[in-house]
Amino acid sequence: MTTNTVGAPPELPLHMRRDHFDPIAELGEVREEEGIRRVTSTFGMPAWLVARHDDVRDVLADATRFSNASQLAFSMPGDTRTDEEKRKALAGQMLATDPPDHTRLRRFLTPEFTVRRMKRLEPRIIEIVEGHLDAMEAAGSPADLVSSFALPIPSLVICELLGVPYSDRAEFQRRTSRQLDLSIPMPERIALQREGRAYMEGLVARARVEPGEDMLGMLVREYGSADGGGEITDDELAGLASLLLVAGHETTSNMLGLGTLALLRHPDQLALLRDDPEVVVPAVEELMRWLSIVHTGVPRTTTEEVEIAGRTIPKGELVLCALPSANRDPSFIDHPDTFDVTRGAMGHLAFGHGVHHCLGAPLARMEMRIAFPALLRRFPNLASALPFDEIPFRAFHFIYGLHSLPVTW
Amino acid sequence: MKIAADRDVCIGAGLCVGTSDTVFDQDDDGIVVVLVEQPEGADADLAREAVSLCPSSALRIIE
Repeated sequence: MTTNTVGAPPELPLHMRRDHFDPIAELGEVREEEGIRRVTSTFGMPAWLVARHDDVRDVLADATRFSNASQLAFSMPGDTRTDEEKRKALAGQMLATDPPDHTRLRRFLTPEFTVRRMKRLEPRIIEIVEGHLDAMEAAGSPADLVSSFALPIPSLVICELLGVPYSDRAEFQRRTSRQLDLSIPMPERIALQREGRAYMEGLVARARVEPGEDMLGMLVREYGSADGGGEITDDELAGLASLLLVAGHETTSNMLGLGTLALLRHPDQLALLRDDPEVVVPAVEELMRWLSIVHTGVPRTTTEEVEIAGRTIPKGELVLCALPSANRDPSFIDHPDTFDVTRGAMGHLAFGHGVHHCLGAPLARMEMRIAFPALLRRFPNLASALPFDEIPFRAFHFIYGLHSLPVTW
Repeated sequence: MKIAADRDVCIGAGLCVGTSDTVFDQDDDGIVVVLVEQPEGADADLAREAVSLCPSSALRIIE
C-alpha cells in the first residue's frame, strides 16, 4: 500500500468532485455517454460507477442482486482490525445487512419515525430552532451559521430523541466529523470509529440499568434482556444507536448550512421560501435534489452477473451509485441544473431508495421545513460575510457541506 | 383501481402517508395500512404517485 505524504490530501474519486454546489462536468459525461464507468472507490477499491437516475433506482431497489451484506464495500486498505473486531463493529450496522437481517433490525426503529410520531415532535423542534435563533440574535451579527445554527439544531434533536447527553457533543461531533473525512488517515478514522463505538456501549450499559423515556431506553425495555441476549443484543443496540447519532447530525446539519448558502446565492428563490408558506415543502425537496449531499457513492456488491446501462457486470463486483448525478439526470427532471424551489417533489434519490431508504427522512424533512423559513424570517437581511470563493466547502467529506458559513444580518 | 400493500416488505418509510394521508396510514409499528383500497379522482392520482415512490416496492396497483 502506498502512503500519502503527510498532510497531502488523497485524490478525490470522480463522484465526489464538485464545482461548488454542482457535481463536476465529467460526472455528467459518464451519465450522458456510457452510463457506467470503471472507477476507484472512496476506499481505493475497483468499482463500477452508476450515473443515471433509472439505473441507480433499479440497483437500490434490488436488494437480492445488489447486496449490502458483502464485506467488499466495507473492506478498506489500512484496516488492521481483527475479524472479531470487524464483526463487532458491524453488529447493528443496518447499512451492512440485507433482508431478512435488515428487516429485523429496521423494524426495531420504524415505530420511532412514523409520520405521526414526527408530528408529536414538531413543537419541540420549533422550540429548539427558535431558541437557537434567539441566541444568535442576542449575540449579534456576525456569526458562523454552521456552529450557531446548522450543526447544533439537528445535533440536539437527535441527542434528545436517542438519549445521548448533549453535554458530550464536543467529543462526538469531533469524532463523527473526522471519521467521515477522506483527508484524515485511515488508521485515525478507524480509531475514531472504535472510540465512538465504546462511547455508545457505555450509554447502552447505562440505559440497561436505568432506561429513560428516550429511544435507547425504549429499545432496552421493549426488546432487550438483562443478560444482553434478548431480541436485540447490546452490540446491535450500540451499532443502531451509533448509526443514528452519526446520521442524525452529519446530514441535516450540512443540508442546513449548504442549503442556506444555496439560497443566499439565489435571492429570488430565497424570497419565495421566506414569504410563501406553500413553497416550504417543495423547496426542501428541491434543495435535497439539487445539493445531493450524500455523494460518497452508495455501495452495493453484485450477487450474480447483472446488466447495467447495457454493460455486463460479473458477480462479486462493487457497484457505486452516484446520487448527485442521478438527481441531475435530464431524463428524470427538465433543466436539472436549475435550482427552482417551486417545483421540488419527492422522487429524487437524495434519501436513497429501496429497503435502505433513509430511516430518518421524515425527521430530516421536518427539521428542514421548520428551520429554513424560521431562519430567513428572523433575519431578512441575512448575507454571507465572505466572498463566495473564500467559503470553505467540505471537499473531502463523505457528506458534502460547509466547514463554516460566516453571516451578517 | 385497487391498491395492495405487502406489509411484510414495508420498511415504514412513510412516503405513502406523506403523499396521501387519506389513502394511507401507518400502524403503531410504522407499517403501511391502506385506508381506501379503491381510491377515486384526485385520491387515485395520489395513490398512483405513492405506489411509484414507495422505496421498498411494498405497494402495487392491481387491475
